[in-house]
Parts: sequence; structure tokens; C-alpha cells
Amino acid sequence: MIEKAIQGGKSYYSWLALLVGIMLIGAYYWVRQFTEGLGITGLSRDVTWGFYIAQFTFLVGVAASAVMVVLPYYLHNFKAFGKITILGEFLAIGAVLMCMSFIFVDMGQPFRILNVFLHPSPHSMMFWDTVVLFGYLLLNILISSVSMQAEKKGVAPPKWIKPFIILSIPWAFSIHTVTAMLYSGLAARPFWMTAVLGPRFLASAFAAGPALLILLAMLLRRLSKFDAGDRAINQLAMIITYALGINLFFVAMELFTAFYSGIPEHISHFKYLFVGLEGNNFLVGWMWVSMLLGVSAFVLLVNPKTRKNYKVLAFACVAVFVSLWIEKGLGLVITGFIPSPLGEVVSYVPTLPEVMIGLAIWALGAFVVTVLYKMTLNLRERWG
Amino acid sequence: MSVDRRKFLKLAGVVSLGAAAKPVSTLLASEDPIHVKKMEEGAAATAPTVSPGPPQGEASSFREPLTAKRWAMVIDTRKLDEATIERCIDACHTRHNVPEFEIKKDEIKWIWEEDFHHAFHEQDIPVYTEHIRHKSTLLLCNHCDEPPCTNVCPTEATFKREEDGLVMMDWHRCIGCRYCVVACPYGSRSFNWRDPRPHIEEIQGDFPTRMRGVVEKCTFCEERLARGIAPACVEASGGAIAFGDLEDPHSSVRHLLEEHFTIRRKPNLGTQPQVYYIV
Ligand code: SF4
Ligand code: SF4
Ligand code: SF4
Repeated sequence: MIEKAIQGGKSYYSWLALLVGIMLIGAYYWVRQFTEGLGITGLSRDVTWGFYIAQFTFLVGVAASAVMVVLPYYLHNFKAFGKITILGEFLAIGAVLMCMSFIFVDMGQPFRILNVFLHPSPHSMMFWDTVVLFGYLLLNILISSVSMQAEKKGVAPPKWIKPFIILSIPWAFSIHTVTAMLYSGLAARPFWMTAVLGPRFLASAFAAGPALLILLAMLLRRLSKFDAGDRAINQLAMIITYALGINLFFVAMELFTAFYSGIPEHISHFKYLFVGLEGNNFLVGWMWVSMLLGVSAFVLLVNPKTRKNYKVLAFACVAVFVSLWIEKGLGLVITGFIPSPLGEVVSYVPTLPEVMIGLAIWALGAFVVTVLYKMTLNLRERWG
Repeated sequence: MSVDRRKFLKLAGVVSLGAAAKPVSTLLASEDPIHVKKMEEGAAATAPTVSPGPPQGEASSFREPLTAKRWAMVIDTRKLDEATIERCIDACHTRHNVPEFEIKKDEIKWIWEEDFHHAFHEQDIPVYTEHIRHKSTLLLCNHCDEPPCTNVCPTEATFKREEDGLVMMDWHRCIGCRYCVVACPYGSRSFNWRDPRPHIEEIQGDFPTRMRGVVEKCTFCEERLARGIAPACVEASGGAIAFGDLEDPHSSVRHLLEEHFTIRRKPNLGTQPQVYYIV
């Protein structure tokens, strides 16, 4: 089946070459980080997690969002998702690989990472997160490869795979819920210590992931004969609308709770996010862009006229994705540290090496997803 | 190898319990400065290192380990002047090979000076004078009875020694995920962002240096207690810091807690910090 991945035109190969180029640059910086230490990042004693862990958090959501196509297709027999389901599963594989890479580059002693399994610690949410992520990766590899094999032979997938598919549904919810628990159970960090964090993670994931999937489906439509179908896209757009609406509602609830209760250590983080604290306003511009994009995308999506116009829909999907990336991939993690538990406002801005390593991991994900999609396309072209 | 070291760390606690040493639970430098001074001299003369081989010289020249059911510390902030604070920090950092970085971002500290405004910032009230707000105190790991840091560790590289309540670190097992740093509500933990060794002024051979990529913090001088000596900062504090067994009704820390109103940092979080402040 792998041979299907290497049949492609010139543009296909130049795209892959570009991605490999970015990965090589990232690899150079990672070797530097490995030899000099994490000191070459912008992280510090006070802001001890940053860009890497934030990307991880965002991408767990993208990985989990595959369930938004798997669930209707397998549980509700929603046939229109027949073609797009495999795209969702492959996107999940790419996203989980990115998650794992981001964890790996964030470790101070990356080659000791097996200690997590050698000394399993069920009291640690990080232990559980590693377990569910690995499980999710294996499940998706199993399910997608079995269904691809069946497709290649032109037969229906074997019956025994069904229980695994059903299992993958709650499993997808679990990866993002456990990731939220990584944060929401810490007395030290009031910004994250909210019961709505898990639900909020799921809502934003089920908006951002399908938005990316729609964009990918639209792209494939232009680049190849593969067509996910209007019905699938419309249905996904609907899912995004609800998920985004729910997420905006959760954010509003958080703001209310913080400001109405008036507890200083809850308010101060939101102040840092939206107006800056003690002249420290790295995230302020980003956050307002995020809010603006989120709200305007919601307006465009709620209205059926604009939602069904695919040009507008494409714009709305980009807006949703960027808005939620800023919210989770920048704002959420960094703000938990500012101000510090001692009330100090410390600045954090990712450094060039940090950003390049991050980009390289995104390129790795894009590479994996491209190759997997290409494989699917070549297979389907042959079999019609 | 890391397993052996860990066993050793645990054993150190178990042995000190099993040795039926009469528990030395009172360690207050001010009340008995001579005693502490003698202890230090004795230690320097007879047991400078923990040697793995058979003991050289007479066995009686080795001190009994200091043991407790629950080690605790009382810091009398009224007695902390600039010079004392500096002496305490210096004693700890020199003894434990704590590196000094010029860049604040890479900073590592086990015990440090902080003004009241930051140390007890949720108790700040508007009418405090600037003088009180900027009064200095010493901060270090609280060796919490319910430590959130050990709870989150995915490898048990940081753990609470149940025998005496010390929160320990195994630098050979730590994967450097920094989850413990995130979970500590007191900012007590430091991460080695770079190789610390070039930044240590003079490396003490009898204490390990750490490597890049692991977390470290105050150990309540576990290695000194095992050799029968008081923690370095206690010894250097000239009576401003007391150290002893909270479970022993006759210990100095118990007396101080009974006689003075003390505060702890963020007591509302349920972590049960074991460093108490007289203000
Ligand atoms: S002060 Fe922080 S590092 Fe020390 S035991 Fe408590 S939570 Fe852990
Ligand atoms: S940094 Fe080390 S000690 Fe801290 S949680 Fe991670 S593995 Fe445990
Ligand atoms: S108890 Fe020991 S390790 Fe802790 S601050 Fe004092 S001297 Fe340093």
C-alpha cells in the first residue's frame, strides 16, 4: 500500500521537499537545544511551560475531533461522511504524532522518557495522558489500515474491526478530557482551575478540528478528483457552528465567574490576557484578534445563507482555526503562569529556535497527513 | 543505577529509624549555639563524606543520624536582617553546589530572599506601610505534608519520604517534564535550563552536582540529617531559624509554635506547608 504514497506529480514532490526542508531547519535547532539545554527557549523558572506544551494542547484537540466524523458515520449511520471519515482518521494520526513530538522536545531529559512506563504513577495525570494518547494512536492506525486494506481488495471491512471503531469514540473524548485534567486539577494555578476547562477544551476542539477538515476537503477537491461531497461539508459546518457557539458561551461564563466574584488571583490572569499587566502585554493583540475572528466566524456560520456559500465558509473556517489556535495554542498555557504564584509578572516570548522547532513539528504533521492522503487518493482513483 | 540510588535514598530514612537512635528533635541554634558549633566541628573532623566502604577509624566517631516523625521549620522573621539572610542563602547554595546564573531566566535557587509583599501576597492589605511590604524573609521548599508536586510527577522522581515527611528528588530519574514546577504553589522548584557545572563557583566534592534538564530544590538537608548535623541554613541563621520534629511535644519547633502566632504560605490550599513564619 505504501507504494501508493510515492506516485505523485511534481507539485506533490516539491511540497514534500519544502516540508522536509523545514524539518531539517527544526532539527538543527533541536540538536542545539539538546546540547545547550532548554535555556535557548524563552522559558524560565516562572514560565516553565510555553509554546511547545501549548501546541501539544491545541493538537490533542485536533486529534480528538476526528470523532466528529467517526461518530455520526458509525453510530448514526450518516452515510454522507463515508468518504471523509478516513480523512478524519488520518488527520488524527498526524495530530497525535505532532502531540508526541511536542512533548518530546519539551523534556529536559528526552531519552529518559521511558521512565514514565518503567515507573508508572497512576496519581499523575501526565501518566494517563501518555497512556491514552498512545492508545489513541494505535487505535487509529489499526482502524485506518484495516479499512484501507479492505478498500484495496474491494471488500467491506471485516466485522471484528467494529468494536475497535466503537471504542475509538469514547477514547477520543478521553484524550482531550485527560489533557484538560492535566491543568484543571492544580491548586497552584487558579487560571486553569475551573471545572469548565474540560468541556471548553472539547468544544473548541470540535470547532477547530472540523474547520481544518473542511479546508482540507476543499483543497482536495481542487487538487484532485476526490470529493468529500457537499452534504458532508454542510454537516461539518453545522457541527462547527454549534461547537464554536458553545465555546464562546463557556468563555463568557469564565469571564463572569472571575470578574463577578472579584477574586484578585482569578481576575489578574484575564487582565493579563486582554489588557496586559504592569506593561506586559505580549498576548493582548493576539487575544483581541482571536476574539474578533471567533465572534465574526460565529456570525457568518449561524446564518445559513453565508454558511452555505463556500467562499464565505472557507473564510469562516480559517477564522475559526486561527482564533482557537491563538486561544489554546498561545493564550491558555502561557497565561496560567502570569502572574506567578508569588504575584510577579514575568514576561515570556518564544525565541527563534523555539518557534523553528515548533514549525518543524507542524511540518512533520503536514508531511504525514499529505502522504496518507495521497495514498488514499491514488487508491481511490484506481478503484473509482 | 537510578534504582539503586533511589533505594539508597529510601534506605537512608529507614536505617535512621531502625538505628534506634535517640531522636534528636531539638535543633535551635540560638538556644544552644555552642552545641551546634561543636556538632559542626565534629562533623568536619570525622565524617566529611559518606563513604561506601567500611568506616575508617572508630565507629563512635560517627554521629547518629537525626531522626524525626515530621521535620518542620520555624523562621523568625523578626530576627532576619540582611546579613543573616545572605549567610543562610550562601550556606545552602555553596554546600549544595547550586549554580549562579547571570540571566534571571536561567536562575536556580533553593532558598531565597523575598519581600513580604510577594511571600505572603494574598495577605497584603492596603494600609501596610512600604516598610512592612518590603520587609524581607526567606523562602524555600515547604516540604508540604500533602505535596501537590509529588502527586503530579509521572515518574516518582520526586516523592515524599513517609518516615519523616521530607519531599525528595531523584535527579537520576527525573525526565525534566517540569510538571512539578507547575504544580508547586510556592515557586520552590528550579529547572536546569543549562549545564549548571560551569556556573558553580567552587564544586563541593561531597555533594552531587546536577545535570542539564532536571529539576531541583531544597532537600531539608537530608544528607546532613543522615550524618547527624543540622541543616546548613539553620546553622548559619544565628538563631533565626529553628528546625525539629513537629510530632515531638518537647521539640523547639513545637515550643515556638505554641508560644507565637505563626503563619504559613497559602494555607488555604490544603498542602500543609511545614515551614512556619513568626512575623
Ligand atoms: S513547597 Fe512546593 S516543592 Fe516543596 S513540597 Fe510543597 S509543593 Fe512540593
Ligand atoms: S520534572 Fe522530574 S521531578 Fe518534576 S514532575 Fe517531571 S519527572 Fe517528576
Ligand atoms: S534546609 Fe538545607 S537545603 Fe533547604 S534551604 Fe536550608 S540549607 Fe538549603
